[in-house]
Amino acid sequence: MKKITVALAGNPNCGKTTIFNLLTGARQHVGNYPGVTVEKKEGLCKYADHEMTVVDLPGTYSLTAFSVEELVARNFILQEQPDVVVDIVDASGVERNLYLATQLIEMNVPLVLAFNMSDLAEQKGLLFDIEQLSRLLEAKIIPMVGNKGRGRKELLDAIVERAAQGKSGRTHQVGYGEEIEHELAMIEQVLVREEPELAAKYGARWVAGKLLEQDDELTLRVQSRDVLGAVTASITHLKGIFADKPEAVMADRRYGFISGACQETIRTTVESRHSYSDMIDAVVTNPTLGVPIFLMLMYLVFFLTFKVGTYPMGWLEWFFEWAGQAITGLWPAGSESWLQSLLVDGVIGGVGGVIVFLPNILLLFLAIALLEDTGYMARAAFIMDRVMHKIGLHGKSFIPMLVGFGCSVPAIMATRILENRRNRLTTIMVIPLMSCGARLTIYALIIPAFFSESWHGPMMWLIYLIGIVLAIICIKVLRLTVLRGETVPFVMELPPYRMPTLRSISIHMWQRGWMYLRKAGTIILAISIVLWIASSFPKPPGESLRNLSPQQAQQKRLEYSVIGRFGRVIEPAIRPLGFDWKIGTALIGATAAKEVFVSQLAIVYAVGSEDEGTTTLRRRLRGTYTPLTGFCIMLFCLIYAPCVATIAMTRQETNSWGWASFQFLGMTVLAYVLTLFVYQVGNRIAG
Amino acid sequence: MRQQHIEQNNARPLSAVRSGEKVRLAGIEAGRDLHSRLMAMGLVPNTEITVVSNKHPGPFVIMVKNSRMVLGRGMAHKIMVSACDHEKNNSRLSGQS
Repeated sequence: MKKITVALAGNPNCGKTTIFNLLTGARQHVGNYPGVTVEKKEGLCKYADHEMTVVDLPGTYSLTAFSVEELVARNFILQEQPDVVVDIVDASGVERNLYLATQLIEMNVPLVLAFNMSDLAEQKGLLFDIEQLSRLLEAKIIPMVGNKGRGRKELLDAIVERAAQGKSGRTHQVGYGEEIEHELAMIEQVLVREEPELAAKYGARWVAGKLLEQDDELTLRVQSRDVLGAVTASITHLKGIFADKPEAVMADRRYGFISGACQETIRTTVESRHSYSDMIDAVVTNPTLGVPIFLMLMYLVFFLTFKVGTYPMGWLEWFFEWAGQAITGLWPAGSESWLQSLLVDGVIGGVGGVIVFLPNILLLFLAIALLEDTGYMARAAFIMDRVMHKIGLHGKSFIPMLVGFGCSVPAIMATRILENRRNRLTTIMVIPLMSCGARLTIYALIIPAFFSESWHGPMMWLIYLIGIVLAIICIKVLRLTVLRGETVPFVMELPPYRMPTLRSISIHMWQRGWMYLRKAGTIILAISIVLWIASSFPKPPGESLRNLSPQQAQQKRLEYSVIGRFGRVIEPAIRPLGFDWKIGTALIGATAAKEVFVSQLAIVYAVGSEDEGTTTLRRRLRGTYTPLTGFCIMLFCLIYAPCVATIAMTRQETNSWGWASFQFLGMTVLAYVLTLFVYQVGNRIAG
Repeated sequence: MRQQHIEQNNARPLSAVRSGEKVRLAGIEAGRDLHSRLMAMGLVPNTEITVVSNKHPGPFVIMVKNSRMVLGRGMAHKIMVSACDHEKNNSRLSGQS
């Protein structure tokens, strides 16, 4: 069994994922590239006595140093030196797609070209002379129809064959024309002399080309002043000749190389005017219909994720409750031990708390896969872009933020639809400000307790609105500080509409679900157990619980525990917000999951948490606090520390504890400052 | 200065081109970052651009090298184009050499 590495490169929307799925099936591993929030997909494929590790590179149009995605793809090829690079080309837009191929050719990688969607190209009336084109590009070309599984064997054969040939020189390069070639040769000479290591590692011609293009990364790696001097001189010289930057001229020449190769090998037989894609677009991007259609589809996504999702969630909750009771039953009544509590409340409660999100995540990614695979996502991004752009985000950010109103955990995962790292991080950071379903239970407790019937609606509306406004402000602040950078003006490809395949959608769902369980799930479980320990230990002495009702005993135990004590310790700090230690205790407990706030408060007030208990609890709250405090509780709960599941998700998706702690601390500080302000000002006005 | 330049080359912003018209790209006024991205997406000088849709409110959709792209209006102001010589219109796959 021979082990080889195969990298898949290609433009966005070229059907790269489909080919990746076709090659690897479900044997995939999804993670991030080290240190960056760029998704890395890897899979295994066994074929003809070869074990191939297939790596799906980020979808890019070129390999410059301008974006993290392109840099990641480029560095993977340079550093890992894959045995074969397969460039997936959308055959219906072959010229534009081959631009990436020219850059791979320049890097002198062992290249195989997969002409995907060749059925679509045929429909468009494009006829290829594959033999001839493949000779011109010096790479084998395999026509494929990824979503129908056509061409898999041929591609695998070509990969095996190419891998066996090893590295080999090319007979002709992409030519840049006399003037540039002359400068390139000069820089190459200096390079080989002054920076032999760099030249040997990546090839002198490629490095020289990148330096002429003023590639930031490579320029930084050059130490020799002679080289940099030669490059600067060449750039000035070329600018004089072409009245344009060398990089622009070089891009132009690459397209020249492509159209030269295509002119002889591609024929167009029919001129198709109106495709079905145009007809669909006429409706869905229509100025009046576009937004309603989008909102309706978003409603369906939300409905599918959270309404349909409640059924399997209910079954899971029922199952875990049953499992808990079954284990409780193992101990005779009255002899409950800490081990039982650990198993039932800690482990089963914790695992249940992890699994309970799974239906949401699977259904959400079913919806997202449908939107992406059909091609609608690009339109959705465009429709929302006008609004989202104003606040500094991409149109696509709207979708995760909307999902955030259901639950932050799947929402953060949904930011994977964003290609740009800065957009993705910004979106992740503000998602917890969207009031999720769990916080709704807090509002539902507080609002009727302090406000009259006619204020219920406006209050609820106000608290949601505050979250949205804060999110917009935070986005602005983040974009001006830690996530600074040019907001990329909107340019996006509109891929043709396609029929999604069951296979790709199910792989997509399975991948996300598994990734959630394995990565975020373990962190959520660990933190839940820690929180359980903190709320159950130390135990009060047995005699102090004598003669107490079950509710009072429960209250006593919570007060005595680490969380209860901590609630008292922080009381001086939260007093200026109008909170006492009871609220403090509930707030700390609620970091496990925000809805826990309600049950914890019920415990510290020694009331049951059933319906009758809620009414009693509301009465107790009304008797203890002012409406201003009630509002401050909601405000604080809206903003402060996201729940452990959210933190775990942020950690996993950003691949850094730094961002997760930044979110945790940032939100808590923001909540504190804002609530402090509201409470103090409100108190002055009232008093 | 810029006005003069535009008049000389008969160039106008892409945003002023009506739906269905074919034009040639003359230049892009953008930073290096964006410029390089646009070039990678096929927007190099002399490329033929077909404006698929330019209705006011509505998407600005163009066809470049057989792929369909949607642009923000701001973007369309920054792309300068000139008239396309009609004799060449029928030659396939961007007539540049």
